[in-house]
Amino acid sequence: MFSYVIKRAVATLPVMAMVAVVVFAMLRLTPGDPAAILAGDDASGAQLEAIRRSMGLDQPIMVQLYVWMKQLAQGDLGVSLLSGTPVLEMIGGRIGPTLSLAVLTILLTIVVAIPMGVVAARNPGGLLDRTVMTFSVLGFSIPTFVIGYLLIYAMALKLGWFPVQGYSSVDKGLWPFFQRLVLPTLALSGIYIALVARMTRSSVIDVMGEDFIRTARAKGAKETSVLLRHALRNAAVPIVTVIGIGVASLITGVVVTESVFNLPGLGRLVVEAVLARDYPVIQGLILLFSFTYVLINLAVDILYTVFDPRIRY
Amino acid sequence: MSNNTIQGELLAEPAARAPTRGDRSSLAAQMLLSLRSVPVFLAFVVLTVVSLLAVFAPFLIRADPIAIDPLQRFAGVSAEHWLGNDAFGRDVYSRLLFGARVSLIVGLGAAAASLVVGLIIGVVAGYIRFADTFIMRVMDGIMAIPSILLAIALVSLTGASLVTVLVAITVPEIPRVVRLVRSIILNVRSEAYVEAAISLGTPTYRLLIRHMVPNTVAPLIVQGTFIFASAILTEATLSFLGAGLPTEIPSWGNMMADGRMYFQLYPSLVLYPGIILAFTLLSVNILGDVLRDVLDPKMAKRT
Amino acid sequence: MMILSCKSLLRGSRALLCAASVLVPVAASTGAQAETVKAVMMSGLRVMDPVMSTAFLTRDHGYMIYDTLLGVDSEFKVQSQMASWTVSDDKKTYTFTLRDGLKWHDGAPVTSEDCIASIKRWGGVDTTGLALMTMVEDITATDDKTFVIKLTQPTTLLLSGLSKLSSRPAFMMPKRVAETPGSQPITEYVGSGPFRFIEEEFQPGVRVVYEKNGDYVPRDEPPSWTAGGKVVNVDRVEWVTMPDQMTAINALQNDEIDFIQQIPFDLLPLVEAADGIDVKVIDKLGSWTYFRMNHLHPPFDNELVRQAAMAAVGQEDVLRMLVGNPEYFQTCAAVMGCGNPNEDTYGEEWVVSADIERAKELLKEANYDGTPVVLLQPTDIAMLAAQPIVMADAWRKAGFNVDLKTMDWQTVVTQQGNQKSPEEGGWNAFSTYSILATSGDPFGNTTLSTAGRKSWAGWPDVPEIEALRLDYARAANAEEQKAIAAKIQKLAIDKGVVGPLGQFRIPAAYDSEWTGFLEAPVTLFWNIQKAAE
Repeated sequence: MFSYVIKRAVATLPVMAMVAVVVFAMLRLTPGDPAAILAGDDASGAQLEAIRRSMGLDQPIMVQLYVWMKQLAQGDLGVSLLSGTPVLEMIGGRIGPTLSLAVLTILLTIVVAIPMGVVAARNPGGLLDRTVMTFSVLGFSIPTFVIGYLLIYAMALKLGWFPVQGYSSVDKGLWPFFQRLVLPTLALSGIYIALVARMTRSSVIDVMGEDFIRTARAKGAKETSVLLRHALRNAAVPIVTVIGIGVASLITGVVVTESVFNLPGLGRLVVEAVLARDYPVIQGLILLFSFTYVLINLAVDILYTVFDPRIRY
Repeated sequence: MSNNTIQGELLAEPAARAPTRGDRSSLAAQMLLSLRSVPVFLAFVVLTVVSLLAVFAPFLIRADPIAIDPLQRFAGVSAEHWLGNDAFGRDVYSRLLFGARVSLIVGLGAAAASLVVGLIIGVVAGYIRFADTFIMRVMDGIMAIPSILLAIALVSLTGASLVTVLVAITVPEIPRVVRLVRSIILNVRSEAYVEAAISLGTPTYRLLIRHMVPNTVAPLIVQGTFIFASAILTEATLSFLGAGLPTEIPSWGNMMADGRMYFQLYPSLVLYPGIILAFTLLSVNILGDVLRDVLDPKMAKRT
Repeated sequence: MMILSCKSLLRGSRALLCAASVLVPVAASTGAQAETVKAVMMSGLRVMDPVMSTAFLTRDHGYMIYDTLLGVDSEFKVQSQMASWTVSDDKKTYTFTLRDGLKWHDGAPVTSEDCIASIKRWGGVDTTGLALMTMVEDITATDDKTFVIKLTQPTTLLLSGLSKLSSRPAFMMPKRVAETPGSQPITEYVGSGPFRFIEEEFQPGVRVVYEKNGDYVPRDEPPSWTAGGKVVNVDRVEWVTMPDQMTAINALQNDEIDFIQQIPFDLLPLVEAADGIDVKVIDKLGSWTYFRMNHLHPPFDNELVRQAAMAAVGQEDVLRMLVGNPEYFQTCAAVMGCGNPNEDTYGEEWVVSADIERAKELLKEANYDGTPVVLLQPTDIAMLAAQPIVMADAWRKAGFNVDLKTMDWQTVVTQQGNQKSPEEGGWNAFSTYSILATSGDPFGNTTLSTAGRKSWAGWPDVPEIEALRLDYARAANAEEQKAIAAKIQKLAIDKGVVGPLGQFRIPAAYDSEWTGFLEAPVTLFWNIQKAAE
């Protein structure tokens, strides 16, 4: 097991390196000039050139890449071209809202979607099942930002239950923290609830046809216990997979949700950095995101062994 | 967004494990049969109507969708402007129709492009051993970059146009198609009849055309519907983030993005395209489900 | 791995975070509830060097923490701020004396050496500064509080430069900071201004926090623009960024913030209808919007085609689209602004209204061959998104072949400097806006620099205007300057140096419990206080 984890971790290195190089090359080869953004819109050509030189952007791409890689090897992600703030510090300052939103969304998804899927699976084709399925298709069909706007309109403006926007960190009190995350979490989880409920339903239906369920029933186990103890447990692998993929792709939804609800998180940071051509920040963030992606895939594989003892590494 | 594709991928995968080649007449019959279900019928109607509107948009519009009118900004519903005007005094009704065109083109274009490219790469990966590892690592790399970021970066770095938006939406979809195709090819390869054909010295291109590729068709069609829906949604999201199509090419996505600032004053600017978009996607997803059920008996049993 | 480990985080110079405390933001609140103004500015502050960058927000940041030697009042008169001055009879020697009590935020006194270094850095970067420096013989410190600037010839640029209102003002910084090369952003944010920058709470693009500088000694005169006493009545000012304007208005209605710097005109009804919110135009002079054509490449390398483009666009159409409410806009053909001393009406009859027929004739005369016009349109700045759409519409009516290219504002900015032809990725036209307070003279007004490729984007080459600008700098009095300005106006319009699109005034909105927002072309946070109950 341990050696498997090590092996997997080592195998991710080439992927990460490739991501790093590709992102780096993509950024340098496309138009856009951080110097012009730094200097503002009425800077002269000579001034821009001087700025580019002082940023090292006049160097050949390979040299720039080498410098960056060397920094990276020392654990240094560099500093923002615009504000001069270290990239790590920027990420540190922005990770709170994103992490909170992601964790709450996953929790809500698990708490809501799995029971939904199980309930639907009890009687495939029944009214409950069809309701759940309809909802889940709907979840895929409405853009996150439309859900967000509707939520703001109804829950914040009309009913006044929640603030419209903003983020308040945990240390300023639990209530303000949750109050500001309720609507973003709801907006973001729609699509994940739909996804996980669907997957839960189909895996449970799949498992319900297996022999050991019939055996359990024959032994006189209660239906609830059959569902929860036998069916759900055995249906867990695909469910964990879909949650894993969902988490890994969460950043997409986060970018949108953070914009709608004005959460100062990593999603907005990355959009700002791309628009401002703040190369070190973009590079650092994409590395972080792809690293998280790889990490989650690994975690999912490890979870398999927990749910399905037949799987061994 | 990519979630839709994930759904496609996950749900289409069982098909990959049990490839089927049902005969066409019974497929058609099953499709027709499924239309008896009310939601499926409605979905079919919605998609037909939207497609017709898109195709005949030039004849149905009542004003040039990009003609502006400084004096008629935010004009309300009138005989002249059936759905009112937007912030530039442009006719919302005409923009919606042209938007249908653009959104459908984006959906179809992204689906077609990612399926074709994914199929080619997937076949190569699945069939040529030494290329496999390399290709799959590259695909892992692409998948590790959040798709929306790739899209934002591409569009904002190279400028907004229909082509860039299409490329930006298509590229992140490709690895998922490649994985799907590759898994099918690997599966089929190990089948006894294919191994027999190989040992009989059947040329590679014949193997591919007769045995491999046909097996990918059904799962790819299913995958395609999900990519189609996902692409339309992604275009809207890109517009929302300011990296979508230029305003002179009206799409439902950029109509919503343009109207979002006025949401509280003129909610219809967001809601009209939003609602049409949601219904179209809903219909595509429902039909995608039906297709999957019909094309994949193993999945069909469950529903 | 490296990204999440505590150790590597701590290795950073100012790292305050560890994985365990990830949910706790960099900012810790200041304890006792102090009087705080929460303001939503036009965008997020990312660039911190107000001498390097011309961004308005960076300039506003500059006025928070830095001070200027001279200020300018609402009568456009130069006044003492940090320093008073005397001038020799030949108008070539200026002696500046720093007033008492000036201290940097780190406690050190402000000295002549600091100011000289600051003037030099600014003079090496700013347009007015560069022009001024060609006439400066030398700058020497007499003692800690006195320094002398010797000119090679008399010029008004010295006083107008040192009191320059907007991008880029000549902000004073400690010598060690001012010695940073002009091509590198400063990394230490120590000023002597009325507010202190709280670096620990700064989150680029999200939040900037300032606290009252208790050591600041304001002047005794009443405040007027950047002159007079900068009396701070609040303990803390927070700039928070809200990318969504509607969100900001909702937040203002919900009492979550106190001030919005710019209300999009179309959303005015939302704040006007709300109780407890005041709407006020802080910059009474306002802004002017205009378009620039690229003189280097066809079709705008032809004077007649440029004139056609200017004739085709109607200012009223642009302003109705951009502003909507006539209360907030006015048409104007003056390249140095209506309401400014150098206002001039030449060209009004065809620049202001849309004259499609005239445009068609001009195009015919020019033998316009349908060469596409690449027009840049930024989508993410509300104040800039409408102009290109109206321009494209008008130009098409006149017979132009327009290629409207949509992009984000930052891309437009990086494109602007691109002198290549449109086929090679360059451009033909774009539109932007500037504040009128700094557009009133041919130096502060960047559009009037006409030295070909060396001048600002568009690169008009009109040596006559360049010569007139020098005359202007040497002119003895305002009358003479006005006469020169009128000649510049005629040339600028006829040669198509800049296409004026009209003027507008952007309203701000704030919670009515606050008063004392100073009317000025820049946003100033001194003088603000809680209204008496």
